[in-house]
Formats: sequence, structure tokens, C-alpha cells
Amino acid sequence: MASMRDIKRRRSSIQGTQQITKAMKLVSTVKLQRARANAERTKDYFTCMYDTVNSILRRVGHIEHRYLTPGKSPKKAVIVITSNRGLAGGYNSNVVKLVTRNAEWNKDDVVVYTVGNKGREAFARYGYEVRACNNDIVESPVYADAMKLSEELLKSFAAGEVGEIYLAYTAFKNTVSHVPTLLKLLPVERNDAPREVSDKAEAIMNFEPEETEALELIIPKYMSSLIYGALTESVASENGARMQAMDSATSNAEEMIEDLTLKYNRARQGTITQELTEIIAGAEALG
Amino acid sequence: MADKNTFLLRIITPERLFYEGQIEMVEFNTTEGEVGILPGHIPLTVILKPGILNIYEPEGEKNAALHAGFAEILQDRVTILAEIIEWPQEIDVSRAEAAKARAQERLQSRTAETDIARAETALQRAIARIEVIK
Repeated sequence: MASMRDIKRRRSSIQGTQQITKAMKLVSTVKLQRARANAERTKDYFTCMYDTVNSILRRVGHIEHRYLTPGKSPKKAVIVITSNRGLAGGYNSNVVKLVTRNAEWNKDDVVVYTVGNKGREAFARYGYEVRACNNDIVESPVYADAMKLSEELLKSFAAGEVGEIYLAYTAFKNTVSHVPTLLKLLPVERNDAPREVSDKAEAIMNFEPEETEALELIIPKYMSSLIYGALTESVASENGARMQAMDSATSNAEEMIEDLTLKYNRARQGTITQELTEIIAGAEALG
Repeated sequence: MADKNTFLLRIITPERLFYEGQIEMVEFNTTEGEVGILPGHIPLTVILKPGILNIYEPEGEKNAALHAGFAEILQDRVTILAEIIEWPQEIDVSRAEAAKARAQERLQSRTAETDIARAETALQRAIARIEVIK
């Protein structure tokens, strides 16, 4: 049995860790609230954007457009959004796995654009081609960052360097559920499902300039709004994941402390009993 | 249902709901020229160009500098999805003036590498910002 002193030392070390995890949990809770409000505000914009793009696509039918057909290059660009710091449970590795465990993708054909330091480290370790990375924008994403990123990607798409563009991020469903998601950005996929076309305003919608030209102008905006939405959701998910991880760490520490306290008390009782027996035995021997 | 002389205008940016209210008329600049929208307009989607946005509320007039985005116009409501939009009080005049000078200079001393379209947009933006303050 471990000595009383050892147990005591162990217990106070765990208590220290518990204080840290508890504080981290509180910090993520506050950050989560802010990030979630941000993600929800973006959703409005994004939904509107998505509806408009879909309604244009439905109207134009199957036309040839450079944003609607895959490029010739077999290369795929993937934007991977992770966090800069760890201690967030499986948050980072789940997103990275979306890319590394994808059976259809050949490692040499994938170009990774990472956002967040953890993703950069992971992909460098796996030996992927990491084209560009920007770690600062995950701290507090603004729309201009998303615009810059989508501009860069559209440029390499237009230059024929990449044929398809994907986005890997963690969708924020609610505080406890975050889903790693892989989304195809370009070529834009048509949503062919016959949605309720009962919206008669849509049936007579006019476009100025005409549809194909409007498509040319709207799709870059559509991409930036998707990227921005993914950024805000990922930040919310990151804080949610960290909050959960820290919560379970705190309760694990609690359990360990309870267990150690019990052991410590037993050990103390043991020593006292032993001392008493020794004293009594000594007194009897003398008497 | 609101009365026939007004319609609902919603201006949404990625970061916030910029404006929402019943108004009489709205004016802005599109790729096809400046337009004014009154209630009962035919359904139309337009792409925006940098310019001034004028909102005519029943109680008065408001304006803002609108830089990029697109607008969806329906009979009883108009939704503007603006990538960048600012109220006059949010604009830094000296910065806008500096940006204007810079863009003009870039357009004048144009070289092979000058991105003309970009410089022009920058100039239009700066002008819209300055105009809206006046």
C-alpha cells in the first residue's frame, strides 16, 4: 500500500489539474456563447444566398459553365478548418480524418489549405501538400478573411491548377453535437431534388444581368459565404468540444480525488491502529 | 398586411442584420445602372455595384454606403445580401480619401500588372464612402 505521503501528494496534484480544467471549461462556455450567436447570425445570410443560387441553377437548366463543370486537373483542393490549440477532445482529429481516411482520394492529388495550426501539423505529419495556411483567422473570423481565401482558390481553379474544391469543417448542430462535414464547393452541385416550386414569385423571377452572367458574379460570393459560415460554425464547435472535454476531465478528476481520499483515510486509520497495537504491546511487555 | 405604399426591406450582411423595416422606396447602384424600387416591383434579382443606398422611410430618409452583394426584389419585399455595407457614422473619412487617391494613382500610372478592374472597384468604393457622408 502506498504511503500516506504519496497519496496526499498525488491527490493535491490532481486537485491542481482539476482547477485548471474547471477554469478552461468556464472560459470555453463563455466563448461558445459568443461563437454560437455569431454562427446563428451568419445562418440567415447563408440561407438566403443558398436559396438564390439554387433558384438560379434551377432556372438555367443544364448549361455549360466553368463553375458548374469540374476542371481538367485531377487535383483536389481541400480547405480544412481546425483549431490552433488542442485539449478539445476529438475535434481536430475528426476533421483531419475526413480527408486522410477518404478512400476515393489519392494522397498525391490532394492539396490542403489549412486554417488552424493543429490541421497544419497533422497534414504535414501525414505528408500531404499543404499549400497555404492562415492560423490567425480561426480566433475570430471576419468575412474579409473568407473572401480572401475564396478569391485565392478561385484563382487556382481558373488557372486549372485544381479541378475540384472541397471544404472540411465541423458543423455545429447544438452544444453537444458537432458533426465533421465534407462539402463540395466547386463545381457547384445542383440540387436536383424537386423542391416545392409552388413559390410562384420564384417562377417569374427575372435576372439582371441575365442568369449565366449573374452566376459568374454570384458564385464567388456564394463560396465566400459558405467558407465564412463554415468558419463561424467551426469556432462554435471547437469551443463546444473543448467545453465537453474539460467537463469530463473535471468530473474524472473529481472521481479520482474521491478514490484517493478514501485510500488516504484508510491508510491513516491503518497507521493509527498499528501505532496503538504497538503501544499496548509495549505496555503489556513492561507490566 | 402593411398598407400598399410601403414594402419590407431587409439588408443582411454576413455579420449582422443591417436594416429591417417598412419603407416607401429604396435606391441603389447595380451592374446595370442605378435603380429605384417602389412597392409592387416585378420580381428581379440584381447584382450590386459600389454606390449609395438611399432608404426612404415614411418618417424620413436614411443612407448608407453599399459596396458589394446582390438584391432580390419581390412584390412586397426586397432582400439585400450585402457583403460590405456601412452607415455614414461608421466611415472613416480620411481613410476613404486616402483610398481614393491611391486608386486614382494606380489607374493613371497603369502598368501591365495593374489589376484595372480591382482599382476601379476600389475607386468606386472610396467615392461612395465620401459621397454618403456629404
